[in-house]
Amino acid sequence: MGGSDGPVVELERAVVLANGFPLLSGVDLVVERASLSVLVGANGAGKTSLLRLLGGLAALSDGTGQVLGIDLRTGDRRQLRRRVGWLGHEGSFYDDLSVEQNLVFCARALERPLEGIAEALERVGLSARRHTLTRQLSAGQRRRLALAWLLVRRAELWLLDEPYASLDDEGRAFFDALLFDVVSQGATVVLSAHDPLRCATLRPRTLEVAGGGITRGRP
Amino acid sequence: MRTAVLVAAKDLRIELRSRVLLWQVVPFGAMALVLAGLALGPARAGHSDAAPGLYYLVVVLVVLLMVNRSQGVESTPGTRASIATLGLDPAGVFLGKTLALWVELCASGVVLLAGSVLLLHISLRGSLVALPSVVVTLGALAAAGTLYGALTSSANTATLLPVLALPAFAPLLIAGERSFYAALHAGPLLEWWVISVVALVAYGAAGILLYGVLEES
Repeated sequence: MGGSDGPVVELERAVVLANGFPLLSGVDLVVERASLSVLVGANGAGKTSLLRLLGGLAALSDGTGQVLGIDLRTGDRRQLRRRVGWLGHEGSFYDDLSVEQNLVFCARALERPLEGIAEALERVGLSARRHTLTRQLSAGQRRRLALAWLLVRRAELWLLDEPYASLDDEGRAFFDALLFDVVSQGATVVLSAHDPLRCATLRPRTLEVAGGGITRGRP
Repeated sequence: MRTAVLVAAKDLRIELRSRVLLWQVVPFGAMALVLAGLALGPARAGHSDAAPGLYYLVVVLVVLLMVNRSQGVESTPGTRASIATLGLDPAGVFLGKTLALWVELCASGVVLLAGSVLLLHISLRGSLVALPSVVVTLGALAAAGTLYGALTSSANTATLLPVLALPAFAPLLIAGERSFYAALHAGPLLEWWVISVVALVAYGAAGILLYGVLEES
């Protein structure tokens, strides 16, 4: 289960509680390797909570689950976190460090080669901004930096919360191409989006989330 | 240790870029020292036994500001989640943040010590003798502050930091003040040094053991 050939994600009746309130209430989910899954649903439906559970950022309160072969109840969630790439709603960086310094910190923390930074910046179109303070970036540029951060990480599982926010049409097209590449190279992507058509060209599996559970697209 | 060096370098780099210590915290400390000097009055400033206590009173205000700042750079929800996914060793993060805070407090402490010589008229020689004990006390304050800072790092608990941390700081401040006083008056230093060193080790050990739990909570 969850080995190199098995599913990347296996959840069974997964429950996540926050102060006794169920953020997820019995989610069953299987995500295969090198696939793209899109979580759609209204605000508060549980999309972010599900992504946080998959990234080891939220604890599994009940049910069973494995992500990348790590048991969500008994396994080392810190090890799981090192293997996923997370892109949240907000800018996720140190504002008083430059673009490059943020990526160097990420690469050193994960023991990734620093050579990958220039390539990642080139790919997201931020090479000219490498010495710019992160606080001086526009919202779209911060999004691109987040993508560079994910590229430097070389994550096995990409968890993207509303990744199309703040991106213009060119940025969205670029992002679709990037997702296509990373999935082709064997990474698994689970993202949340309000509009499932954004990445329809990638032929994703669409999962509808409502009331803390998956209501359509259940495996 | 690799994580500690990485985190300390990152925190110090952020401080060098933002210059919060230089333009906000140190001037605040200097103003507090001026107020302390005014409270004593020019006739008593050079003869008062209160100078070491006033110095540490200003230091504790600076420590509280710097602890909030140290935790603040990680506190936005997005940054917190991103950094969590780096899976850094919590003990290394604690040691790194403590080390960076210690360096920043030492820089502030030296400036405030020089300010005390000017404004509170304490002896320069006594201040130099007190310097090593000040450095150790600031280390213990940095360790305790980092631990309590993690406990109160969320937006709605940040104002609890002084209430929670001051009881923990109290023995350190007493030991620091006594050793400073002893240095100024050529009294016995060793016993107060021992208290500061033991506190540094104790808070360091507690932080290494507990920081991960506090981060997760």
